[in-house]
Amino acid sequence: MNILVCVKQVPDTTQIKIDPVKHTLIREGVPAILNPFDGYALEAAARIKDKNPDTKIVVVTMGPPQAVAVLKECVAIAADKGYLVTGRTFGGSDTLATSYIISHAIKKIEETEGAFDAIFCGKQAIDGDTAQVGPEIAEWLGLPQVTYGLECEAVEGGLKVQKEAENGKQIIGIKFPCLVTFTKPSFDPRYPTIKRKLAANRAKFETLGDDFDSTMDKAHYGLAGSPTHVKKSFTPPVKQGGIKIKEETGAESAAKLAKILTDNGII
Amino acid sequence: MEAKTKDLWVFIETNEDGSPKKVGLELLNPGRTLATKQGGKLVGVVIGNNVAEAVEQAGIYGADQVIVVEGPEYQQFTTDAYVNALTYVVEKYGPTTVMIGATPNGRDLGPRFSSRLRTGLTADCTSLDIDEETGNVAWTRPAFGGNLMATIMCPDHRPQCGTVRPGVFKKPEAGENKAEVIREDYHVAPEDIRTCILETIEDAAGEMVDLEGADIIVSGGRGMGGPEGFNTTLKPLADLLGGVVGASRAAVDSGWIAHAHQVGQTGKTVGPKLYIACGISGAIQHVAGMSSSDCIVAINKDEDANIFNIADYGVVGDLYEVVPALTDEIKKLKEA
Repeated sequence: MNILVCVKQVPDTTQIKIDPVKHTLIREGVPAILNPFDGYALEAAARIKDKNPDTKIVVVTMGPPQAVAVLKECVAIAADKGYLVTGRTFGGSDTLATSYIISHAIKKIEETEGAFDAIFCGKQAIDGDTAQVGPEIAEWLGLPQVTYGLECEAVEGGLKVQKEAENGKQIIGIKFPCLVTFTKPSFDPRYPTIKRKLAANRAKFETLGDDFDSTMDKAHYGLAGSPTHVKKSFTPPVKQGGIKIKEETGAESAAKLAKILTDNGII
Repeated sequence: MEAKTKDLWVFIETNEDGSPKKVGLELLNPGRTLATKQGGKLVGVVIGNNVAEAVEQAGIYGADQVIVVEGPEYQQFTTDAYVNALTYVVEKYGPTTVMIGATPNGRDLGPRFSSRLRTGLTADCTSLDIDEETGNVAWTRPAFGGNLMATIMCPDHRPQCGTVRPGVFKKPEAGENKAEVIREDYHVAPEDIRTCILETIEDAAGEMVDLEGADIIVSGGRGMGGPEGFNTTLKPLADLLGGVVGASRAAVDSGWIAHAHQVGQTGKTVGPKLYIACGISGAIQHVAGMSSSDCIVAINKDEDANIFNIADYGVVGDLYEVVPALTDEIKKLKEA
C-alpha cells in the first residue's frame, strides 16, 4: 500500500505568551514542533504498515526551508521518504490556496512514488485551528473523505475508519483512493528509535520549489489567489480572576457558591 | 460564483429523527441581524429525511424562507450527499452569505462545499459583524489555541462562508411562522455516496457527550486522583444541572475517562453558560478550549492554580468535599 501523510511544522502554541504591553504574541523562543494531529495521522499509517510491511509511507510538508525538521522527525518515527514544498510565491496563501498547492504537489510526487491509495492528514493544525486543508485537498483531488478519524484498518480495496461522532463513534467504510483526517486516538503515538533517528539524520529530502508545476494557475495561490484575507488580529481581552471563596469548610464554601450561582441566575 | 441575491443562508443541520440541531436555530439570531444589514432575506436550508419539524422550527425562529432538500439518502450525514445537495441549491439561488454550525458534520461539510465553489470559508467563528466600509461579513475566530483572535473577510468571492461555533449565540425569540417553504427535488445516486456507515457505536455508558452543545459542563482534571470520582462525584452534579461531564487532558491521558470528554486543544472547544472545573490546574491547553464559557467556576486545593486567574468564582478547597456539598445545596435550593 502507498500512503501519503501531510504534515505541518507549527509553533508549540502552549508555550506562546502574550506581550502584556503590546498585546501581541511573543513568538521568539517558542519551539517549532510537528503538529500533534499530524503525528496521529502518521501513527495511523504506521499501524497499517505494522500489519502490511510492504506499505510505503511518504510525508509531505509545506512551509519555510526549516520545516524540513518535521520531515526528519517523521522519518525517525515511521516514514520512508519526505518532500518539502517551499516557495516565496506560496506565502500568504489561505487554506483554499494552500490546499491547491498541496494537491498539485501530491500529483507531482505521485510521478515518482506511484499513485497513493490513501492520504492522511491531521484533523487541524494547532496554530490555525481551521480543519479545512484536509477536506479541501480531497476536493481538489476529487477524493472521498472521512474526518475525525481515530484509527483505521486496511481491508480489501479500502479502509475501515473508526471516527469520532457527536454521540460516540462510527465505523466508516471507504474505498481507495481516499483522504482521512485524524484526531487524537486513545493510544499514544510511537516514539522514534535510536536507529531510526540516526537514519533520519542522514535522510535527504526532495524540495518542490516555486516552479515545480508550470500548470498551476497563479490566480489560485499566494496572497492574491486567496479568497479570504485577515483584516485584523488581536489578543482576546484577558479575563481577570473573579471572586475567591475560601470558607472554614468545604461545605460552607459550597453553600456560598450555590447561593451566588442561584442569585445570579446562572443555575 | 456570482451572488444572485443579497440573501443570507443558515444551514439547519438535522438529527437522524429530522429534528433540528440547536446551533442551526441559534444562527438564525445573528443571521437576522446580518441579513438586515445586507438588505436580503434570511433563509434556512434544511437537508435531511422527514424534516417537517426542522422546517417548522426554522420558520418559528425567524427564517423568511426555508429551502428543503429531503430524501432517504440524507437520513444520516454523509459528506458526498450533503455537499452535492448544498452545492446544488446554493448554485441555483445564489446567496451572498452561507453560515453553517461548527459541529463535527458542519466542519466536514463546510470546507468541502466552499472549496467546490472555489470560495472562502472562515472556520469556527465566535463573533460576526458586517464591515461598514465594504459590506462584507467580518468573521472573527480564535487561532493559536485561543491566544489570538483574527477577523477575516472574503471580499471578492461569493458566497462568503463561515462555520460558527455552537453555543456562542442564543436562539432568537420564537415568533409566528411566516416562512415560505421551497422544496427542491434533488437526489444523490447511491454510487455517488462514496462512504458507507458500517456501524454506529454510542458512547460506552450509553451517555451522549455533546460537549459542544452543552449549556453546563462539570469537568475533572488531575486532582480527581482516579477514574471513580467522575461517576460518583461529578456526574451527580452534572445530571442535577442538566449538564455533561468533561475532562482535562491529564485525566484522559491517565486513562480515567474517554477522550470524547476531553476539553482543550487536543479535545473539544466549548463555550457553555457554566463551566465547573474541578481539580484542574488550568494549563493553557485546557484554557484554550473553555475560556469562552459565560461563567467559569474553579474548585481546586491549590490556591495558586492558574485556573483561578480566569475563573469568575474560585473555591479553594478539596473537590471531594466541595462538589458533593454543592450538589446537595443546589438540590435544596431547587426544592425550596
